[in-house]
Amino acid sequence: MKKDYQAMLEAYRKSGGKPDVFKYPKSAHLIISQNKILGRQPIEGIFLDAKETDNGADVRLRVKKGVRVAYPAYLCFGVLPKKGRQEIKFNALVEKGAEITIFARCVFPNAVNIQHIMEAEIVLEDGASFRYDEIHYHGLTGGIEVAPRTKVKIGKGARLIADFSLLKGRVGKLNIDYQAEADDNGILEIAAKAHGYGEDEIRIKESGKLFGEGARGLIKSRVAVREKASSEVVSELEASAPGAQGHIDCVEIVQGEAKAKAVPLISVLNGRARITHEAAVGKINRKKMETLMARGLKEEEASEIIIKGMLR
Amino acid sequence: MLEIRNLTLKRGSKTILHKISFAVKAGEIYGILGPNGAGKSSLAYTIMGRGGYKPNEGKIIFKGKEINNLPIWRRAEMGITLAWQESARFEGITVKEYISLGMKEKNQKEVEESLRKVFLDPDEYLKRKVDKSLSGGERKRIELAAIFAMKPRLAVLDEPDSGIDILALDRIMEFVREIRARGATVILITHRADAAKIVERAALIGEGHLVKEGDSREVVKYFETKCLRCPRFK
Repeated sequence: MKKDYQAMLEAYRKSGGKPDVFKYPKSAHLIISQNKILGRQPIEGIFLDAKETDNGADVRLRVKKGVRVAYPAYLCFGVLPKKGRQEIKFNALVEKGAEITIFARCVFPNAVNIQHIMEAEIVLEDGASFRYDEIHYHGLTGGIEVAPRTKVKIGKGARLIADFSLLKGRVGKLNIDYQAEADDNGILEIAAKAHGYGEDEIRIKESGKLFGEGARGLIKSRVAVREKASSEVVSELEASAPGAQGHIDCVEIVQGEAKAKAVPLISVLNGRARITHEAAVGKINRKKMETLMARGLKEEEASEIIIKGMLR
Repeated sequence: MLEIRNLTLKRGSKTILHKISFAVKAGEIYGILGPNGAGKSSLAYTIMGRGGYKPNEGKIIFKGKEINNLPIWRRAEMGITLAWQESARFEGITVKEYISLGMKEKNQKEVEESLRKVFLDPDEYLKRKVDKSLSGGERKRIELAAIFAMKPRLAVLDEPDSGIDILALDRIMEFVREIRARGATVILITHRADAAKIVERAALIGEGHLVKEGDSREVVKYFETKCLRCPRFK
């Protein structure tokens, strides 16, 4: 158990995280390797716990009414062996006026044949604020399938910020399905970033329903694919109330034999609602490339800098 | 420093530049003047080696070496660089990173100095991204700061005065002098006669032809008095 714990921390470190965070006494944390809970720390004002299941864990989070958690909570899920399956069910309730930030890392450093399935249901009551940053670290073989499915209800005046990044190691197969709906003056900001190569497959579906008056939404995606990788990003926003407004922003860069597809879906069902969108799919803008080359950078260096900047 | 010899550039079926010849001496501020659409920017792109701007005829000779077939980055390594009329945006890249890109030795103090030269406060701008959060004027200044920090041998400035109000024009011109003071030869491209006043010698381009070349006062006078519609050449 101790060996697994150290191995998870090492994978956490390789993913770009600082394992010291799991020593912070004021931060809640949870570490789950496959279906074993290796570390947990609750703190005053929040309930964060998990129950082991056959293939993973059921995780529950509850932030009590009015509690503004001062320090981020840290989650680390993953599978260390080359083969395995992890199913995580995540249920979160952020009560009225409460606030929490979670930094989650999912690590699969040795993945050859791994499946990681996450089903999340999140409820943000009125005035609540929830920020969830999820960073994935996969091995170099591409032998992993990741399928996060998330549904979020955003109450009146509540705010959701969700950021997903998969930039280190091979993607393998990624299939994100993220759905959120916002009530009056609710705010949703969903972003996904991924960098695929080899034969990686990236499928991202993010949808937001702005059914409340004055609800606002931003759906942003940044994907770069090269070699024979492929990506498809479906970004959907529906605004059906007065004053609801949203924006879809999708950029996909394609290199080599890779393929990319962007599908913005926009529905405006109220005369006082508004949704805008921008999408750019294709090779790197030539002028950007030449600007950097005019500083002395070779073409490969210039494209790497542009892609890194885009994926930040 | 730079010699353009019988340069002809065609794009598609259209001839953009017709047998242009002129030479730029080391250390001077040389002007390329002409009305909009004359071919000035095309000439700048040809000197820099942009894709699609390879001369159909003629030679570009830099420090005694023909560079027609050299790629952009190789010309930049030799010391040539270009400040665009409209600079690109770079999502996620900070001003500090952007300015540092062309520097042989990265040095924060020099980055800060280059920002001050274009009248931008380093404390405010270093960490900002070179994206749509910056105005066009701010991006233009940052572009010039990047050129300054690079210490080029030849700086081609494509209309650094465009979109700049009359009060800022003097500052831009002062900046051009400072680049030259650091050892660069400057080619200043402009369609404004007042901006051309700091130039020592100049070439006037009209509809892709070299109309006049030589002392800047004579060229500017010709431009102001006669070049409302430059003569057509068969």
